Amino acid sequence: MGKPDLSVEVAGIKLRNPVMTASGTFGYGKEFADYLDLEKIGAIITKGLSIRPKAGNPTPRIVETPGGMLNAIGLQNVGIDAFIQEKLPFLRTVNTPVIVNLYGNTLEEYGELAEKLDKLPEVAGLEVNISCPNVKQGGIVFGTDPNAAYEVVSLVRESTIKPLIVKLSPNVTNVVEMANACVDAGADALSLINTLTGMAIDLQKRRPILANMTGGLSGPAIKPVALRMVWQVAQAVKVPVIGIGGIMTATDALEFMLAGATAVQVGTANFLDPSAAQTIAEGMETYLEENGIADVKELIGALIT
Amino acid sequence: MQFKSMIISNIEVSPGYFKMRMTAPPAVRSATPGQFIMVRVRDAIDPLLRRPFGIFDLGTFATAYTDCGTQTYFEILYKVVGKGTEMLSTLHQGDHLDILGPLGKGFMPGDPSGEKILVGGGVGMAPLYYLAKEMVKTSKVRLFAGGRNKEDILCITEFERLGVETYVSTDDGTLGASGLVTEVLEKHLSESIDNKTIFACGPFPMLRAIAAIAGRHDIPCQVSLEAYMACGVGACLGCVMKGRNHSNETPDYRCVCKDGPVFDYRDLQWD
Repeated sequence: MGKPDLSVEVAGIKLRNPVMTASGTFGYGKEFADYLDLEKIGAIITKGLSIRPKAGNPTPRIVETPGGMLNAIGLQNVGIDAFIQEKLPFLRTVNTPVIVNLYGNTLEEYGELAEKLDKLPEVAGLEVNISCPNVKQGGIVFGTDPNAAYEVVSLVRESTIKPLIVKLSPNVTNVVEMANACVDAGADALSLINTLTGMAIDLQKRRPILANMTGGLSGPAIKPVALRMVWQVAQAVKVPVIGIGGIMTATDALEFMLAGATAVQVGTANFLDPSAAQTIAEGMETYLEENGIADVKELIGALIT
Repeated sequence: MQFKSMIISNIEVSPGYFKMRMTAPPAVRSATPGQFIMVRVRDAIDPLLRRPFGIFDLGTFATAYTDCGTQTYFEILYKVVGKGTEMLSTLHQGDHLDILGPLGKGFMPGDPSGEKILVGGGVGMAPLYYLAKEMVKTSKVRLFAGGRNKEDILCITEFERLGVETYVSTDDGTLGASGLVTEVLEKHLSESIDNKTIFACGPFPMLRAIAAIAGRHDIPCQVSLEAYMACGVGACLGCVMKGRNHSNETPDYRCVCKDGPVFDYRDLQWD
């Protein structure tokens, strides 16, 4: 048997393997170039972009919890113009699809960003963030109400012909309802889950540890929740689903594919092991070889229930 | 770079404070004083994140096997403050650790003819020994070490062995002068500030006080900051400090991990 085929296609974007980096955990790619081969991963998803540079939240912004971490970065980013001038030239040199994560404070900002990004040939696709729990406007406001989600995704859809991924929040009662609203509005793919809203308290000081009071929980602690939601959504929609949530190993990634994910995103794992995304992709290949599976696509949704 | 290190020794140097010596690949020899490493305490999900430690010392030793030549080692000085450092303190010679580094921007040595004033508070002494070791080759070096009590005063004899003139102060007066290290520093500077540069590491309030002193006397000053960090490479944005020009409209956050941990005090906002 030759080498197994790890390639997949998400929203029309061809990936050499199913492993992407999750937005907000991989900077703009260059930060990790010394630690892994960026051309050995499926796609790079950049830090969430806004129209103007965004300051983010006061510190402390991160705290470790058992099996996870809470962050309240608050979507600090350089803004679209600096992204194009300072970050994109490096990404252009890397032969790997670049997907830009974006968010707006208002509906109009989502549309404006999508229009600007639509003009950039280096950008393979957009991932719309309607699910950040750490900002008051934008983000979660659109991510917890199906009508608002429909509205924002529709507007972005009208503003770009690029492949459109919508990143869903787990902080909802009915994730399938949200997923359907986004697909109806024109999403080509869905990625889930973003972080779960959480809190950490300092007993001595009797205060929340994060300056923002609450933050987004990520890491292995959230994997079971993410697997469940990916499984539910993948059965309900016809577009590809990208699994995110506590993926640390190839085993984790393959479990998400069985649950119905076409691809996965590696997030928190990048922090403790900057080569994690490549290691996971290689581990998936080894699994396929060892189990005589010719094509990773055979595993998508192959969960036996 | 990312590498595996073997622990050579892990010794409690003062109650609650440990010094760990580890093997390092030759590339680590290029580390500059003030740079740091990120240590994965164990291969598990709890604790999940790496811990950052300043490089206390760096050197080479001849291996027992003659055909292996010399081996590079480095040391960290750490205080047991939580789960990660607690686990680290239980490790022994022969145990292995996964390490990223050297990371960040270290101290800029500046004019060798000038006098170097090192100020360390508690475990803030960690990056100053390697700095002193390099600086004594060309410059006059003085160390001001402060802590709450005598147990917080670390590795003074090692500095003295380098030929560094040391000044010790403790809040409770159990060692050296009684009071804050910044008071002793201020007194020293009131005698003369000619061609002196301050290099400081310690708790944030101490660094803020030193930044104020440097400003008052118009003395060059570099500070090494500590921060919670997840990645160590400038991606997570968890460890930021407000830069000089920061405002909500014009964000100027600096990553302690990548833009620091050493900063010119004038490049930061100290409010």
